[in-house]
Amino acid sequence: MDTEILARIQFAFTIAFHYIYPPLSIGIGLIMVIMEGMYLKTRNKQYEVLTRFWLKIFAITFGIGVATGIIMEFEFGTNWAVYSRYVGDIFGSALAAEGLFAFGLESAFLGILLFGWNRVSPKVHFISTIGVFIGSMFSAVWIVVANSWQQTPAGYHIVGEGFDARAEVTDFWAMVFNPSSVDRIIHVWQGAFLAGAFLVLSVHAYYLLKGRYLKISKKAFKIALGLATVVSLSQLISGHSSAEVVAEYQPAKLAALEGHYDANDAADMYLFGWVDDESQEVTGLKVPGGLSFLLHQNFEEPVTGLNIFPKEDRPSQVNAIFQFYHIMVSIGMFLIGLTLYGSYLWWRGTLFEKKWLLRIFAFSVLLPQIANQVGWFAAEMGRQPWIVYGHLRTNEGFSQEVSSNQILFSLILFLVVYAILFLLFLYSVNKKIKQGPYDESKNPDKFLKYV
Amino acid sequence: MEIFLGVDYPTLWYLVVGILFSGYGILEGFDYGAGAWHLFFKKDLSRRIAINAIGPLWDANQVWFIIGGGALFAGFPVMYATMLSAMYIPFMLFLMLLVLRSSAIKFRSAEKMLWWRKTWDIIYFVSNTLISFLLGVVLANILQGFEIGENLSYKGGMFFAFLNPYAIMVGLTTVSLFMTQGAIFLLLKTEGRLHARLTFLLKKGMILFIVSFSATSLYTLVFLSGVTDKFKEYPIFFAIPMLAFLAVANVPRLVSKKKYAYALVFSSLTMMFLLMLVAFQLYPVLLPSTIDPEYSVTIYNAASSQKSLGIMLTIVAIGSPLLVGYFLFLYKTFHGRVKLDDMSY
Repeated sequence: MDTEILARIQFAFTIAFHYIYPPLSIGIGLIMVIMEGMYLKTRNKQYEVLTRFWLKIFAITFGIGVATGIIMEFEFGTNWAVYSRYVGDIFGSALAAEGLFAFGLESAFLGILLFGWNRVSPKVHFISTIGVFIGSMFSAVWIVVANSWQQTPAGYHIVGEGFDARAEVTDFWAMVFNPSSVDRIIHVWQGAFLAGAFLVLSVHAYYLLKGRYLKISKKAFKIALGLATVVSLSQLISGHSSAEVVAEYQPAKLAALEGHYDANDAADMYLFGWVDDESQEVTGLKVPGGLSFLLHQNFEEPVTGLNIFPKEDRPSQVNAIFQFYHIMVSIGMFLIGLTLYGSYLWWRGTLFEKKWLLRIFAFSVLLPQIANQVGWFAAEMGRQPWIVYGHLRTNEGFSQEVSSNQILFSLILFLVVYAILFLLFLYSVNKKIKQGPYDESKNPDKFLKYV
Repeated sequence: MEIFLGVDYPTLWYLVVGILFSGYGILEGFDYGAGAWHLFFKKDLSRRIAINAIGPLWDANQVWFIIGGGALFAGFPVMYATMLSAMYIPFMLFLMLLVLRSSAIKFRSAEKMLWWRKTWDIIYFVSNTLISFLLGVVLANILQGFEIGENLSYKGGMFFAFLNPYAIMVGLTTVSLFMTQGAIFLLLKTEGRLHARLTFLLKKGMILFIVSFSATSLYTLVFLSGVTDKFKEYPIFFAIPMLAFLAVANVPRLVSKKKYAYALVFSSLTMMFLLMLVAFQLYPVLLPSTIDPEYSVTIYNAASSQKSLGIMLTIVAIGSPLLVGYFLFLYKTFHGRVKLDDMSY
């Protein structure tokens, strides 16, 4: 296989694996902030038990997130040297800000969060929890800013030609607030909150089904359900607004998301379907003119189609992009339905009576994770063939001096190490869940004294 | 070119990157060093204490590496890209070892089975030692230069070209310096028999360091031409190696007086002076070309734009006091000897 393909496979694999963990950390982080805040406000020990329990799972998640994240930071240079030289000037300030403001904050307070229970006062501990949470939110901001700049570049000019060409900052704030960054940051945060909330929902639904830790599980379930309901609904707004930006700045990507080829036609919106790139036909269930309506509030208005772009300037994997996007949207809709129904029952006071619903919640933990993954795949594949939209092609961006054998070597290494890491993650999280927040043979107050 | 306090922006950023990597060397130096002693402790409890001594700190210490890498990408994207792609294999091994090391810290004490703990102990020891060694290897390779041709990109090949005699010598020096640093740090954190054993081990570590350091210095003076040119030009900078020597000579005295905190400061100073020496030798070159000095990557041809450097220097000016504040608070909180509790590794 050639170097470019291997470099792309390796990057996709390492980033997809990495992206299992940070969203969980951000989501669990927010829930821990709520739980510990409730504990400080009410002085109810049950919230402390919950905070301590989720802290243990957070520790594993965060640890793997950091370990796999360092690799990402250096993989730009090892495998995408040309790209790194091209964007360094732009990424620079975002990365410097991320390092100092986000990573510095979260990693310094992490030690106190994990090991400081007996060394600092509850208030200082709570501040550390907030510090780690805010730090993880910030790190998402800066990396999404950098990625959004690749999608919708702004605040820059191109200097030099050929090999020496590179983008330089002309307006820092225009670069930071490029057209797509705000919507995408919010959308990424929301995806992260859902990942965390649904892990909490799943674990406590499992306890409720098993009849264990009933009191605290009901409390935790309600916190997570409230959060998940608000977030899944509001994610519609950021999703819609993101799509409008894509329509304006990356029309080829938008056309690929719905498999829309014909430039002079109104665009349909599919609930599901299958794209045949040869015949340019989509078979599936659709709302005719649906995409035109969403963008222009008019079912007949034409939308830019893929055929406007020369073959070499538009994404080639249209069906994959279409599928990834539709899986994300369907999961989003399902989560809205699920959390709204759950909230309705909560209001009626019968939330914990329906076993089948708890069972669905227990299994739904995978859904936000899948949606996060496929959403990113749709976004990144939809940007192709560009690595920096409209300026630098992916096939120009990789390290020319690295041989395919070298990448094959590192790729195999990653596959082995990450497979082990993933098994360790599943094993230890599963163990923590099975062990539970405290030993049930003792009551929680006794447990806390023992601690 | 923009100037601040009489120094141009690329030079200022060179200092920023230098300070960040020195901070990384000093702080992770004692973490890696503590890990490189791991198998020298026989009892399970001793090993747990050694890991928990760095427990709340290592993640924060590691952040200096993350910020340093970001700063290199940010300020000298050409250096970042050329160096990482040229040293693809050592960097990939290095990164993988970092992952294994974090896993070992997290998972080692999670199970009670003997085989489980022994396996992780070996992984922990090997990864810490090799990480330290590879850092030295990378440094040596930078000093020796690369086959950099036109367009500031790497033209060499060879899978294992990075492992040459000089690189191995610098690698061993780094390992022994970190082990010295690690042993002093653990002396601060332990008591009883483990403490006594560490006092004994520290002596071995220091002897190893002095031997390998002397050998490396000799090799540098004899075989690496051009290294001493700069000193002939600016004799005042001979002060740096002298200071490094004085700092390291002070360590055994302070240890015998049981002033471990001061000993740690002085072994850190040693490391700082040695890195200053390297930085001074190279400046303004970042990566010398062995093909033609014209092709060398320097802080000027590798730098980001003046505008971008200006923004980043502002970010550093705002961010670094915050970072220092977090670290002071963290170290103050975990001051003193290790106490194991239910959250410990």
